[in-house]
Amino acid sequence: MPTTLTADVNIKPGLGSGGKLGPGGESPLGPGSGGSKDWPPGWSTEDAIDPEKYRIGMWVALASILMLFIALTSAYIVRGVPALSGGDSDWLPLEMPRVLWFTTGVLLLSSISIELARRALKRNEYAGFKRWISLTTLFGVAFLAGQVTAWQQLAAQGVFIDSHPHSSFFYLLTSLHGLHLLGGVIALAYVTVAALRMRIGFKRRTAVDVTAIYWHFMDGLWIYLFGLLFFFR
Amino acid sequence: MADVIHPVHGEVHRHPAPTGFIRKYVFSVDHKVIGIQYWCLALFAVFVGMGLSVLMRLQLGWPGQEFGFLKTLFPSAAENGTISGELYLSMLTMHGTVMVFFVLTTAPQGGFGNYFLPIQIGAADMAFPVLNMLSFWITFVALVVLMSAFCVNFFVDDPNMVNVIGPIGGWTGYAPLSALGDKAGPGQGTGVILWITSIALFCVASLLGALNFITTMLNMRTKGMSLMRLPLTCWAWFTTAVLALLSFPVLLAAGILLLLDHLAGTSFFIPGGSYVSGALVTEHAGGSPILWQHLFWFFGHPEVYIAILPGMGLTSHLLSTFARKPVFGYRAMVYAIFAIGLLGFFVWGHHMFISGMSPYSAIAFSLITLTIGVPSAIKTFNWLGTLWGGQIRFTTPMLFAIGFVSLFVSGGITGLFLGQTSIDIPLHDTYFVVGHFHLIMGVAAIFGMFAGTYFWFPKMFGKMMNEWMGKVHFVITFIGVNAIFVPFHVMGMAGAPRRYAGHDKLNYLQSIMPMNRFISWVAFITIAAQFIFLFNLIWSWVKGPKASENPWEATSLEWTIASPPPHDNFEGIEPEVYRGPYEYGVPGAAKDFLMQTDAEGPVPSHGD
Repeated sequence: MPTTLTADVNIKPGLGSGGKLGPGGESPLGPGSGGSKDWPPGWSTEDAIDPEKYRIGMWVALASILMLFIALTSAYIVRGVPALSGGDSDWLPLEMPRVLWFTTGVLLLSSISIELARRALKRNEYAGFKRWISLTTLFGVAFLAGQVTAWQQLAAQGVFIDSHPHSSFFYLLTSLHGLHLLGGVIALAYVTVAALRMRIGFKRRTAVDVTAIYWHFMDGLWIYLFGLLFFFR
Repeated sequence: MADVIHPVHGEVHRHPAPTGFIRKYVFSVDHKVIGIQYWCLALFAVFVGMGLSVLMRLQLGWPGQEFGFLKTLFPSAAENGTISGELYLSMLTMHGTVMVFFVLTTAPQGGFGNYFLPIQIGAADMAFPVLNMLSFWITFVALVVLMSAFCVNFFVDDPNMVNVIGPIGGWTGYAPLSALGDKAGPGQGTGVILWITSIALFCVASLLGALNFITTMLNMRTKGMSLMRLPLTCWAWFTTAVLALLSFPVLLAAGILLLLDHLAGTSFFIPGGSYVSGALVTEHAGGSPILWQHLFWFFGHPEVYIAILPGMGLTSHLLSTFARKPVFGYRAMVYAIFAIGLLGFFVWGHHMFISGMSPYSAIAFSLITLTIGVPSAIKTFNWLGTLWGGQIRFTTPMLFAIGFVSLFVSGGITGLFLGQTSIDIPLHDTYFVVGHFHLIMGVAAIFGMFAGTYFWFPKMFGKMMNEWMGKVHFVITFIGVNAIFVPFHVMGMAGAPRRYAGHDKLNYLQSIMPMNRFISWVAFITIAAQFIFLFNLIWSWVKGPKASENPWEATSLEWTIASPPPHDNFEGIEPEVYRGPYEYGVPGAAKDFLMQTDAEGPVPSHGD
């Protein structure tokens, strides 16, 4: 099984399953057929899809997620400024759970590791890809575990979502972000399993790319929420 | 750079059509089936909304009169056969919510957009077919949840809830009364929870839909379909999708906050010291009711354009098709759609002039609001320019498109009144506002849907609709809606407040009671005329003459394929586009029009 492909190997997938010749007039290539030795693992003609579509779709989806958090930010500002909330300010800033420093660090590292994974895959270095993508998934799980710990610590101190406005926003924003991040972890787990089984075709390569975009966004969003919740209170 | 490996394009994967009933008609991923599903859902919803109008008009025209059938219909909420105040408010809330979300937002975009956007750009399907299916079924669940909010207290035998059948806060659900639960009025507890859950689900469905529309239009256009060769319908659907993408998340945020106020005991919208239903609210404090209004209207104003823009696109398309002339100022039309969409995000404050906002920000909102008059006027001017000197074919879709222009103008003029703070303050919350938004957002958008149905029915179902019935439907509806909603403005100027379950108890409004009765009669006639439309639909579907490939002699891509279109639209062949969509009356052409796929033919002498 080839673990690397040199950059000058010219692969022309996309031939019909009916055995027709492709645009270039080459003989049909595909897993199991004559030239399949040159194929990266997991590739097939079925994977001849348009990656651009998924990238556009992801950016569009991120725009709407951004709007959701912008709306909640404006609610945070309006609710937090006494003059705007009817004069009777009941705003009590929350003490930051220490574990959030840890989760922030983990998430930052995960952004680096997913980028390393993506680059390794681009160079068809499968061992590196497997290592970095698995690590990213673990970082994601660690982050979520850290968030749950933070909630538990607050709950142990008797601080719940209805305790006061700042805790309401803390629970709301962290759980909404966590929910979105959970989606990212599920996508990462899917890609990781595919990587371990060496089934990384066009479609899953696109999935890696798109998940990386999403993951960086979730990382940036967390830094923003962290700053908003604890340095703008 | 060979390390980035792209698949070879140009090969079309043809997936065979599904054969099982469930995959073909229920959980279908075919954009055409999903479009028809959306359209049927909207048709159901519009009759629900209209039924509620009938009941409300009964109450407004003859307040206090007993109707035997109401006793049977609402044994607890109308026990004497008269509609109670709470029942009236509940019907009003449902009428607004059903109409705005499940009709105005659903049919023009989810219905026609889903069906025709991929075909008009030459694609085999939407970019993400499975997402498309999810989007419809979430909308469906949202409608079911909304209907259940309507029935939440229907079977409850609690004497305190005797008059109630659902939330009573209006479609805007203003806080804090929408956030306080049952103590703010019957139906405001479970009723509001179900109502806001339905809206939140609808937001998610709309977001998935918008994501699909934008990606499809950006990425799936066929060869030669440059942006300036797109039919104006596509531009309208695209801009609508952008508006939905950016405004629905804000409503979703508001919905989540409202749900938390109900379920988690938070106080986002509930101020301290509220005195509600004879009791002081002690468990909440510090919230901001105005915050709800800001979030709601930041969504609410773009929503108006989400409802009307597809109708504008279609009207442009139809006026050109049936006047046998190119659209007057194609590029100006595209930029005007953008301008309306963009400005629509900065005017939400004009719904809140009497909320106590700073007069300075009110002036800013007012100025931007009036600025929308400029692109609107460009569109109206260009529509008239398109009609001018054309060889107009007065088919039913054309009549509805012209009706759209008329309603857009008469509804838009009153927008200039309401956009100014000094005039809005006395007119706010009167029937003047109700008349304004029913004309421009309600009826104009509905006329767009009628035009779309009469125009595309032959393509969607392969049968022609009956023209004679269509024209009768148009005449009664057009006269009817004007006779209903123009008097609303007069009532508003007389000071009739909206949302009241009858004006008979107010001395100063005694003189408008005959007008109220007149409006009710016209409403009944107009609603009866909609059954002509319904009958025409069913009759034409069963017995109508077969439609040819291109019965209207139109130019866009949907008219190059069979009626109804095959499973993957173009049967695996990628169509190639050589010209814009509005080449009518071309000098020197064999026919008086050139299809977008016609390679041969004179070079157009106009615009693009």
